[in-house]
Amino acid sequence: MDFGPHLLLATLEGAVTAAILALTAMGLSIVFGVMRVVNVAHGEFYMLGAVIAWFIATSLGAHPAIGFVAALLLAPLAVGAIAAVSDRLILSRIDYDPERTIVATIGLLYIIQQATLMTFGPDARPVEPPFNHRIALPWVEWGDGGLALYWPWGLSITSYKLFIIGAAAVVLTGIWLVMTRTRFGLIMRATQQDREMAMVFGVPVDRTFAYVFGLGAGLAAIGAVLVVPVQQAHYLMGHDPLLLSFIVVIIGGLGSLPGTVIAAILIGMTDGIISVFFSPTLAKIIATLAVAMVLVFRPQGLMGKASR
Amino acid sequence: MLEVDNIHAAYGRAKALHGVSLTAERGEILCILGRNGAGKTTTMKAIMGLLPLSEGRITLDGANIGSRPAHERAAQRIAYVPQGRRLFPELSVEENIEMGLIAGAAGPKVKAHVLEMFPRLAERLHQQASTLSGGEQQMLATARALCIQPQVLLLDEPTEGLQPSMIDLIRQVTLRMKEEGLAVILVEQRVDAVLSIADKVVFLENGRNLETMSADQLRADPAKLHSYLGV
Ligand SMILES: Nc1ncnc2c1ncn2[C@@H]1O[C@H](COP(=O)(O)OP(=O)(O)O)[C@@H](O)[C@H]1O
Ligand SMILES: [Mg+2]
Repeated sequence: MDFGPHLLLATLEGAVTAAILALTAMGLSIVFGVMRVVNVAHGEFYMLGAVIAWFIATSLGAHPAIGFVAALLLAPLAVGAIAAVSDRLILSRIDYDPERTIVATIGLLYIIQQATLMTFGPDARPVEPPFNHRIALPWVEWGDGGLALYWPWGLSITSYKLFIIGAAAVVLTGIWLVMTRTRFGLIMRATQQDREMAMVFGVPVDRTFAYVFGLGAGLAAIGAVLVVPVQQAHYLMGHDPLLLSFIVVIIGGLGSLPGTVIAAILIGMTDGIISVFFSPTLAKIIATLAVAMVLVFRPQGLMGKASR
Repeated sequence: MLEVDNIHAAYGRAKALHGVSLTAERGEILCILGRNGAGKTTTMKAIMGLLPLSEGRITLDGANIGSRPAHERAAQRIAYVPQGRRLFPELSVEENIEMGLIAGAAGPKVKAHVLEMFPRLAERLHQQASTLSGGEQQMLATARALCIQPQVLLLDEPTEGLQPSMIDLIRQVTLRMKEEGLAVILVEQRVDAVLSIADKVVFLENGRNLETMSADQLRADPAKLHSYLGV
């Protein structure tokens, strides 16, 4: 393949990575922004989403599309509920103390991971995509008769991957609408800005935190359900999304939602493109380097505020 | 109606209140006076439920609310205008006001009523709160609290850093709230501004009650101000 078509392919793969990453990182960012909780177990909620999606799809045994839709609706709810319960049982008991929260969520990470290993087992398991057409993509060529379209061999994407990008855009738009147009969104933004004053104006902060923690985990789970038809569910699959989400949230600016989306697109696309042309390892090295640069030159992140 | 009985409270291990008592009645302005660091703000926070009590009681119409969380006290219609305003800085004027509507079942009517009192806010509904002038911020903090339709209104240094015209407006609003039958608890540094509108005065020092008297008594004996406040 020539460079041009190859780049288009890499860009599309990058967009898929970016879409999943934006969802996952958005969950981490909301939890950090509103609750000031650094959730080290975030990747495990992602993993749980994938595993539960596999469980739902296989135990239904119906047409792949039905299994997938059921998983897309139920898995994030289940993961959100598990997260909300963990918030009540663990995080609220230690008063969201920053250091203890980090240690507690590390503990939660291993509990979820090992519990999954014991029940689900060590194998990677696939979920069938609801649909999966191969769509050949055209490229332009400068030929005898001027510009002409042609279909290079190997330049294609599946309809399901395009669906991932679209679905992520829809969910992110939904989150934005919830944040800016609903009462729950108003409560979340107010709590983020001044927790004590939110309480003074009638916000039950403990219940709100349980919902927010559930929402954050649910977003990671949506990302995972979307990815599992192209990547398989595995009990260790939470590591990379955790690392990349942290990278995105730091680059975007802690707690800034637009910053999170922008950084997810940046990191996802770079990751996709560099993985295609060079190697996934180099992509991770560059992403980590980007974080270091941001921390040195713009510690508040791309869209973050200088200080609170 | 609101009774604070010998409360003790601390910030972590640093004790700040060692026995504060006061009673606020409907249609009255109770003024808390005291030097810097006397515990005035801490008393307000304790009434609002932002600081746990280690001793003492707070009752509202006879019901003990001293261990209820802050958000439940908001639902009991205790409203707080904190020192330094503490608006939600990145929310718009309108959103700040809507936060005042979270606690109660109060609807758009209350919002309209409150905005009528502060027409300058009505003109700036979509402006971000942090971009308002000091006086406008104080109006917004007051408007937000009034949206709770409070029966008890806590005002902590509402005229701090304001121009005379704005101070006058805040005073008028305070008087109007008293006339509407609210129990107003007011903390002020500017004794001159307070003396003319207060019904009762509580002096605090080092987190303790020094003396409670009617405003008439204090007006008759201004030497007290000198000895308690050094003014
Ligand atoms: N957040 C805090 N943490 C620890 N100590 C505090 C805090 N706020 C106030 N204090 C202490 O509590 C005492 C009373 O303070 P405060 O109620 O703010 O006084 P006032 O409002 O009368 O000026 C002071 O000694 C002050 O240093
Ligand atoms: Mg004070």
